[in-house]
Amino acid sequence: MNVTRGFTGRPRVADPGLPPGQYDAGDDWPVLSAEVTPDLAPADWTFRVDGLVRAPRTWNWDEAHALPESVYEGDIHCVTSWSKFGMRFGGVSLDAFLDAVRPEPSATHVVAYSHTGYTTNLPLSDLTGGRAWIAWDHDGRPLPAEHGGPARLLVPHLYFWKSAKWIAGLRLLDHDEPGFWEQNGYHARGNPWEEQRYSGD
Amino acid sequence: MTETSAAPAPPAAPPSGTFTPATRFAVPGRIPVPDEAASAWQTVTLTEIRRETPWASTFRFRAPAWAGHLPGQHLMLRLTAADGYTAQRHYSIASAPDDEGHIELTLDHVDGGEVSGWFHTTAEPGDEIEVRGPLSGFFAWPGDRPALLIGAGSGIVPLMSMVRHHRARGLDVPLRLVVSARGPEELIYARELGAETTRVFTRSAPRGTPVGRLGAAHLAPLLAGPPAGGWEAYVCGSNGFAEHASRLLVAAGQPVDRIRIERFG
Repeated sequence: MNVTRGFTGRPRVADPGLPPGQYDAGDDWPVLSAEVTPDLAPADWTFRVDGLVRAPRTWNWDEAHALPESVYEGDIHCVTSWSKFGMRFGGVSLDAFLDAVRPEPSATHVVAYSHTGYTTNLPLSDLTGGRAWIAWDHDGRPLPAEHGGPARLLVPHLYFWKSAKWIAGLRLLDHDEPGFWEQNGYHARGNPWEEQRYSGD
Repeated sequence: MTETSAAPAPPAAPPSGTFTPATRFAVPGRIPVPDEAASAWQTVTLTEIRRETPWASTFRFRAPAWAGHLPGQHLMLRLTAADGYTAQRHYSIASAPDDEGHIELTLDHVDGGEVSGWFHTTAEPGDEIEVRGPLSGFFAWPGDRPALLIGAGSGIVPLMSMVRHHRARGLDVPLRLVVSARGPEELIYARELGAETTRVFTRSAPRGTPVGRLGAAHLAPLLAGPPAGGWEAYVCGSNGFAEHASRLLVAAGQPVDRIRIERFG
């Protein structure tokens, strides 16, 4: 351990909700996107699931909202080392979309892509079992565009670069394919509890 | 703007094919980063502290194991307390790549900042800290394309690495810097800025210089006559500034896929 002379850090209590290397961002919700925020109206938003599925399908805003509402209340974690506690997102569980398209048994991985063309890869198992959402509300209000509105992917148990903003679709594959940040040095899975930040972690 | 319209359904790809999203990513990454350098922590030694403004200082480190970087890249820095508690933050690298064996960071003194507070109140030459990097090729500029750099506050830091690189290598590829600060006393690297720089002061300015926010008029002369091949735009600053500046660029005709943004909260 390389102790930094004179560094004590913030007063701290052991917080079991804070993954290693993270700090509580408090009221701040930093915006971390590398591109111009798109002007994407709900009427122009669509969400498609295809690839290794029996019934590929595209939902528009109204069709997606007709699915059963599902809320996530909990924490989020960004690879840049901030976490936010007690977030509340409204949307639809990804299980509802996946059940409708009926994945092939051979499907193991997913590429999620946004309306801007951003991509990120995930194991299919990280998107099922009530652990992932398409989210369009935050604290009961429409998700702001800079945070991915009108709708984003939400996979809160992984670092937040996996929760693609302005989500446009999922492609199910039988192999893993790195997405944008994963091709630029970031970890393939991104589990905050194992500090899977960069390729090689 | 094609990026804003609904994407057409992509054709089904064979399972073994490489997936192509329905639209290209607005800003493709194009600079590979050595993963080994990014994943290993290394110890660097503080050698010098230079005051830049009343609120910002530059910290120079001897970094013998540093693998080199491209202007615009950042690193992750870690401080460790005696009880094992660590704090880690991303910081842009201020120095140009040719600063052999050394790297420099310029840090604002953030109110209540856990890491910046240590640097501004406790750090002194001889102190050792840990870093890993360089990280991400996304915001990097190797000096190959005309660069239009727009920053506010400490958002100038990665852009200054580009300006220094441009000068150190004597590059003739066009480069312009537009920098916004609240006043002249808050303009980081003020003495180093030259004819390539347009200064924008939002609260107070020297006599004869207008006071006001970055506007279309500042960018119009640069975007009206872009260099051959067009500008690669790099925007760095607070999220509010980044949103404002990137929208001005789009409105002035800069393609969205040629705007790279680094935001800090």
